[in-house]
Amino acid sequence: MFIAVSSVILIAIAVGLVRAIRGPSLYDRVLAANMIGTLTVLMVAILGFMTGRPEFLDIALVYVLISFVSTLAVLRVHNPGAGTTASSVKGSGEQ
Amino acid sequence: MENLINDVLLGLLMITGFAIVRMKSLLGVTMLTSIYSLLSASLFVVLDAVDVALTEAAIGAGIATVLMVATVALTTDEEKVPRHTPLLPLLVVMATGAALIYGTLDMPHHGDPLAPAHRYVADSYLHDSPVEIGVPNVVTSVLASYRGYDTLGEVTVIFTAAAGVLALLGYRTRGRNIEAAGIRKQVVLRVIAKLFFPLILLFALYVQFHGDYGPGGGFQAGVIFATGFILYALAFGLGTAQRLIPSQLLRILAAAGVLIYAAVGLESMLLGGKFLEYRVLADDPIAGQHLGILLIELGVGITVASVMLIIYYGFVSRRH
Amino acid sequence: MDMVLAVLSWSCLLGGAIFLLIGALGVLRFPDFYTRLHAVSVCDTLGAGLVLAGLMLQGGFSLVTVKLLLMFYFMMFTGPTAVHALAQAAMQGKLQAVVDEHEPE
Repeated sequence: MFIAVSSVILIAIAVGLVRAIRGPSLYDRVLAANMIGTLTVLMVAILGFMTGRPEFLDIALVYVLISFVSTLAVLRVHNPGAGTTASSVKGSGEQ
Repeated sequence: MENLINDVLLGLLMITGFAIVRMKSLLGVTMLTSIYSLLSASLFVVLDAVDVALTEAAIGAGIATVLMVATVALTTDEEKVPRHTPLLPLLVVMATGAALIYGTLDMPHHGDPLAPAHRYVADSYLHDSPVEIGVPNVVTSVLASYRGYDTLGEVTVIFTAAAGVLALLGYRTRGRNIEAAGIRKQVVLRVIAKLFFPLILLFALYVQFHGDYGPGGGFQAGVIFATGFILYALAFGLGTAQRLIPSQLLRILAAAGVLIYAAVGLESMLLGGKFLEYRVLADDPIAGQHLGILLIELGVGITVASVMLIIYYGFVSRRH
Repeated sequence: MDMVLAVLSWSCLLGGAIFLLIGALGVLRFPDFYTRLHAVSVCDTLGAGLVLAGLMLQGGFSLVTVKLLLMFYFMMFTGPTAVHALAQAAMQGKLQAVVDEHEPE
């Protein structure tokens, strides 16, 4: 059963990889990387159970925190002015 | 089954590798390398190398991505088209690749119990470590005690990296809060950052001090610690982060970590042992080993965390 | 009791796997970035949540379950926040959405 779930996760990772390669925009790639991050967390958790060593979950926990920060970093470092213009341009930003 | 997962992950790694070579946008490449490191970390978990997986997760997918994006932000997003033909480099790469593949032919088979790696020191590490050092995680005892010299060298290398970045880039000690204006509007990010900042630091401490028992240790904990502060800097601006933990302090801390490590070595010499021979540090040799490992891991953690932050500050403050 | 737990946990895991698959399919097939965000959210919340719930039932009352709960808690915050930040960044980057010209009556 773990096998079924982990193969589904692998398939989903492969699909995410296709999206990351095809793009077309940078945001799609960040999105795909973010999704693969989530899937890797699940994969590591399930592998821990599969090999009977669930203490591996520490790694999965690190992943959750780290991949989140790196996603944010890509967005903020890439365009640091974010937030200054948007709400006026689009009119529908956060109010 | 694990072999199958292994093969699939290796296949995905290969595809990612080719895509990285083909892609022209450098930020896209950065995202792909981040995916690459996520995949290889899963591979390490499959191979049961949890400490490596933890390191890859913290460094490859986290800090490396952040620093690469910061670098791209300093330069340009487009890959430069090489002016000369790629024929010669291709030949060199193919010759090297052929030599490497030829080299693998002589390697022992996957999982061969008679492979040299399993026969000499590895055996004695695995057998003697519970008696000599008494730390459940053998990786920690090898890294921090048996190979303490190597690790001291590694920490010094990391420290040198920070010195290099400082010498090349330098930075304004008090970054201007240019982002701050925009950040006020990012309510969601700020609330979440406030919620997560202490949790990440707490988790870093757990990884730091739990390294004797499970995957973890100074390197990983230092990186996680730095990631926490990077999250803070992302949410509240570089200037605010620099008020929280000033660059001057970071420079002192980066040096202090290496010094703590070396001081433990000197202390064990003063107490009549050899350099980095921890068992003389306490009355009981096992307690001495524990104390020594705890202290040097602390030194490693402090240096790694402050070096990562120094590099991050250096790259990001350069932009404005 | 064990039987019930096993059935519950496997159905959670299976359900999670199905949602992961749906999300992945959406990421691949949806026409533009903004619609793909929805698909990723399915993965991040429902898919991941169900898989973790299934694992928690397997773990029983132990430190493992506590760690899984922590992961669940973190994921419920990080996923939506990351997607939100992405959407905002894309808006500021002037990424155009694909709009269907033929509005239904």
